[in-house]
Amino acid sequence: MVMELWYKLVDLLPFEWAEPGKMLFMKNALLAVLLLAPIFGILGTMIVNRQMAFFSDALGHGAFTGIAIGGLAGFMQPLWSAVIFSVVFSVGISVVHHRTKMSSDTIIGVFSSVAVAAGIFLATAGGKSFARLNSYLVGSILSVTPSEIGVIAIMLVVVIIFWLIFFNRLLFASINDVLARSRGVHTFWLETLFSAAIAVLVTVSMSWIGLLVINSFLVLPAAAARNIARSQKQYHMIAVSISLFSGVIGLIASYYTETASGATIVLISAVIFFATLFIRRLRA
Amino acid sequence: MNHEGSLKCVCVENSGLCCTRIENLGVRAGDVTILRDVNLHVHCGEFTAIIGPNGAGKTTLLKAILGEVKHTGHLRFVRSTGIAKEKPVIGYVPQNLNLDATSPTSVLDLYAVCRSRSPVWFHIPKRVEQKAKECLARAKADHLLHKRLGALSGGELQRVLLSLALDPVPELLLLDEPVSGIDQNGLELFYDLLSDIRRNYDLSIIMVSHDLDLVARHADRLVLLNGTVLASGAPREVMESESFRKVFMGMR
Repeated sequence: MVMELWYKLVDLLPFEWAEPGKMLFMKNALLAVLLLAPIFGILGTMIVNRQMAFFSDALGHGAFTGIAIGGLAGFMQPLWSAVIFSVVFSVGISVVHHRTKMSSDTIIGVFSSVAVAAGIFLATAGGKSFARLNSYLVGSILSVTPSEIGVIAIMLVVVIIFWLIFFNRLLFASINDVLARSRGVHTFWLETLFSAAIAVLVTVSMSWIGLLVINSFLVLPAAAARNIARSQKQYHMIAVSISLFSGVIGLIASYYTETASGATIVLISAVIFFATLFIRRLRA
Repeated sequence: MNHEGSLKCVCVENSGLCCTRIENLGVRAGDVTILRDVNLHVHCGEFTAIIGPNGAGKTTLLKAILGEVKHTGHLRFVRSTGIAKEKPVIGYVPQNLNLDATSPTSVLDLYAVCRSRSPVWFHIPKRVEQKAKECLARAKADHLLHKRLGALSGGELQRVLLSLALDPVPELLLLDEPVSGIDQNGLELFYDLLSDIRRNYDLSIIMVSHDLDLVARHADRLVLLNGTVLASGAPREVMESESFRKVFMGMR
């Protein structure tokens, strides 16, 4: 019913694919992008704050292993096993990082490459072809179904509530963890919770955006916003705007260029990133 | 926010009644002993500076007091009312913040994440902004409210962090002074502020310091630390001690 309303709304747009009754997959994708982009924009701000870009990249690899495990176990929907696996994976990295004195760079590098190797090993076990997993690497937002859009909408609501409640403490912990703890912030649990949230987002969105570019979609809008924002409020508004803009424009452009939507979206946010970098230079 | 007046009275009249006692404190990391048998009494209204060479365990001592590192021995805080408790209200001024120069975090954002529940990415109420201004004014930093943290000078950042540590007014103020990055004017201003705070609030100040000349002039007591307390007392006494000469011979 909601979808019917949405189709009617899109029908008003002046595009050939927007004509009534045509190309429903494109209209689904547009709605999905409108809901996904703010999630990526919001969570991306903290990834850049905490210098976790490499970490979130590794989470994608963990998610991929999860998919391979799920496929091996014969689940119809390997997604749920992937979600569980990548959450465990992210908590694993946090705990190991917390317990050892090794640099996070090294730990993440080790976890990440082991995950990829294990994923490929499991996926090709028994002489199977890897090709069926290609869709996870490149991704296709056009395959999104209305019920999946419902899942995205729920994720968006959960992320906003999470952000309303925990953002201050997360930011405080990222600025100085000792200071934050001296004020009663439970930094370890908060950070673990945040990593788990990223793990879920990356895993669920992997088949739409594509594992190879998903981290860029997470990092680029925030990195671009950082070049021009002067407060956290501006930072969030700009990051979400850039994310929405490149999401929508990228999706529509990919229709005409006949390219993978995920990569097209990321390229547009990359252009915006370099533009903001230029603005920053001009100001300095 | 307007309770400084009353505190002022308590402090001036009862100065020295509340105190922090550190008894036989020791910290080990694996097989390495970082601190051993550290005994310190810090009285309210008193400014104690901890000096010592690199690797003396100065920052570790602060972290032990903060409860960041495991330690043996006791930490006791006795209030002016005579009631002892394990955990005083601690105000902490860290050496630096973990952010890059481009961080879009304003001074107001920092105040709000520390003192308010309203999510700063969404909305900071006017009343929080007003409180932030009042708080910053205590360390002559209210003009920095809308500046980005990354754009502050070392001295400005230190004043912002000090004002934050004073809100709410702590019973024990811990400061970890940056090794460098603060110009001479900034340093003088900061030490003057500390002197004012010591007079105006009922609290003890423990500061890890690297500027011997300034602490000699401003601190009430010096503690020379190198694994344990080598000397402690009036600045003059400590600086004329045999241990001081031994430790700092190379530096002076």
